[in-house]
Amino acid sequence: MEVSRINYDNKIVKYFAYATITWGAIGMLVGLIAALQLAFPNFFNDYLGFKYLSFGRIRPLHTNAVIFAFVGNGIFTGVYYSMQRLLKTRMWSDKLSYINFWGWQLIILSAVITLPMGYTTSKEYAELEWPIDIAITLLWVVFGWNMFATILVRRVQHIYTAIWFYIATFVTVAVLHIFNSFELPVHFLKSYSWYAGVQDALVQWWYGHNAVAFFLTTPYLGLMYYFVPKAANRPIYSYKLSIIHFWALIFIYIWAGPHHLLYTSLPDWAQSLGVVFSIMLIAPSWGGMLNGLLTLRGAWDKVRDNVVLKFMVVALTAYGMATFEGPLLSLKSVNSISHFTDWTIAHVHVGGLGWNGMLTFGMLYFLFPRLFKRELYSKRLANAHFWIATLGIILWAVPMYWAGFSQGLMWQEFNPDGTLANPDFLETVNALEPFYIMRAFGGLIYIIGVLMMSYNLFKTAKMGSFSNNETVEVTNSRNQKIPKGEYWHRPIERKPVQLMILSIIVILIGGAVEIIPTLTVKSNIKTISQVKPLTPLELEGRDIYIREGCNNCHSQMVRPLRFETERYGEYSKAGEFVYDHPFLWGSKRTGPDLAREGGLRSDSWHYGHLLIPKQWSPGSIMPAYPWLAEDALNTSDLKTKIAVMRDLGVPYPEGYEEEAHKDLKKQANEIAGRIVKDLSQQKGSVKVETVSDKEIVAIIAYLQRLGTDIKAVPENDQEQEKSTELTEKTE
Amino acid sequence: MLRYIKHNMSEIAGIEIYPIISLLIFVAFFAIVIWRTYRISKSETARFSQIPLDEDEKYLNDNEDNRKS
Repeated sequence: MEVSRINYDNKIVKYFAYATITWGAIGMLVGLIAALQLAFPNFFNDYLGFKYLSFGRIRPLHTNAVIFAFVGNGIFTGVYYSMQRLLKTRMWSDKLSYINFWGWQLIILSAVITLPMGYTTSKEYAELEWPIDIAITLLWVVFGWNMFATILVRRVQHIYTAIWFYIATFVTVAVLHIFNSFELPVHFLKSYSWYAGVQDALVQWWYGHNAVAFFLTTPYLGLMYYFVPKAANRPIYSYKLSIIHFWALIFIYIWAGPHHLLYTSLPDWAQSLGVVFSIMLIAPSWGGMLNGLLTLRGAWDKVRDNVVLKFMVVALTAYGMATFEGPLLSLKSVNSISHFTDWTIAHVHVGGLGWNGMLTFGMLYFLFPRLFKRELYSKRLANAHFWIATLGIILWAVPMYWAGFSQGLMWQEFNPDGTLANPDFLETVNALEPFYIMRAFGGLIYIIGVLMMSYNLFKTAKMGSFSNNETVEVTNSRNQKIPKGEYWHRPIERKPVQLMILSIIVILIGGAVEIIPTLTVKSNIKTISQVKPLTPLELEGRDIYIREGCNNCHSQMVRPLRFETERYGEYSKAGEFVYDHPFLWGSKRTGPDLAREGGLRSDSWHYGHLLIPKQWSPGSIMPAYPWLAEDALNTSDLKTKIAVMRDLGVPYPEGYEEEAHKDLKKQANEIAGRIVKDLSQQKGSVKVETVSDKEIVAIIAYLQRLGTDIKAVPENDQEQEKSTELTEKTE
Repeated sequence: MLRYIKHNMSEIAGIEIYPIISLLIFVAFFAIVIWRTYRISKSETARFSQIPLDEDEKYLNDNEDNRKS
């Protein structure tokens, strides 16, 4: 066998590791700011009420930064380190490696700039606008190309388990990202989703759920299969289990997306499929967790002394808890309490802080001594980090679970006479204040841990010696003779192209079965004759609603449950959303649902409330939006917006864009007139002209439209509709 | 909601058997894969699970007792 001297590229690993630490600290800090806003809303409204810092804009920045910047760079760090060693070859192209690195950082930077500015598609974890979406696609191809080429020029015959997970990650993220990002541009940083309403929701949560599966889970399982055995210096517990784990996990995960849409207007059959597969998902998830934990079987004493293993054990435990809880949350009875509450937030943070965070920290503590060829600067500090991080997770999660249960139960509570026990939504929010403060404290502690780690690793790097290339002698065993009678899965394990094609087939089945019928079978989404497209002013208002990220705190989805219809009104129907590009159902109710908001309150109430929320609803934790009353409404894209909407199938008459502006002015003047009339009785200083051309009028117009199409049905017809759904006609 | 699907589906003769066939195929396939994987002998897979540990690099010890004081 041929022996050759080769260089592993350690510089790229170092770059990605630094990026992971930096973006991790930044992303978590943004999360802390968001948490503090909920804990101390008055302070932020009074002293830090900048529009670029408002909750609706920075919440997506936090999620994107943590998922794509922290975990994303973490994935690349581990993949670039482990692949070279598992395949006994340098990465195929240095050029592609560094395009991957700098391109990814540029994409993150563009997110850091555009999201606070309000350029967002509103679709969770897919908020970035279309040019950035294209850049992500190209970058992902660069990564996949480099990875696959490296696999093809490998010096070993066999491809280890970790790399199967990397391959599945690559192909599935590509499929998800491309299909969820179909959108029609209005201008360089504004687009409308290709899909509408129910279909958009299904595609989004097929994406959203599998972003968790194939960005936060499969690549990290790959890292687990490499780094846990390395850190413990023992092979994985069961190689056979890893075969089942891999195929079962990627096959089952892709079906589970609809559990994010239980009790919504999504067709029941799709919801049921989502539930069934979510329950099944326990098996492969726990198979993977046990495979990791049992690797330490008979070597638990190592965990006491080895800080890397400590982090990994907590990571795997958190993974086990989160993947047990996920299926529970997808049971309809549990979901009716948990959905829209902080329970979901607690759930994702057990995964995020526990699984991704702790595994990343463990990996970094493993890598730095190897990259910089010296021991860790301080093991004591690393141990302190471990304890403080674990404590941080507990202090973060426990209050949020409590908050979630309490609020969910408060929403459902009825008095003996059949009225809601907590009719005022704000009562259920104000009850959470102590939990929000505790959560922010837990987050702070966790971040302090990250800073301790940064210092420790920085010192290690400074005192160590680093060389860009690590020279090793490797034997080329690529062309070893294949023994006769090898087991059935063995050929797949040495044929990467076959493995990739099989992975694609396996992940496409679930998505196809759920999405294709929802997109194509008309009877799944019945049109409602009273539902009409938005007026031009409402359309502009909707875009402001999206820009300010209102959907981060307000749902537009009344579930067909008594406590929901009692509080908000008629439950939401699929047919109400046929012109909703994108859908705005939301996933969290920090504020009340808005699906039936139209006509409930006066225009002047909304005007005053948007400017100083707590004055109009005492105790409100909503941010103030003073800029909406100062900034003039920009209508320069109105024509294009109408035309794009028509292209997407919204029935604006041909040529309507020419009259749209006139209609917009007329409606704006009417609303401004009502606001001025009401407010003049109190203050007498606002003029119609100074109000009518402002953004606030557009968003009020949109809020007043919500749910009114259904309300417009004459009383007796509506009764009929409830019982027979007669007004929902099948085309 | 489901009744619309049921309505369309009821047009097909013998439709009731389809979901049962789907379930059987799924379970059978899964069972066969598990059975065949279970049958793989450990000696065959042992060398593959050694792959991450089979490296030429010097292994630095993370253990506490190696710590410089």
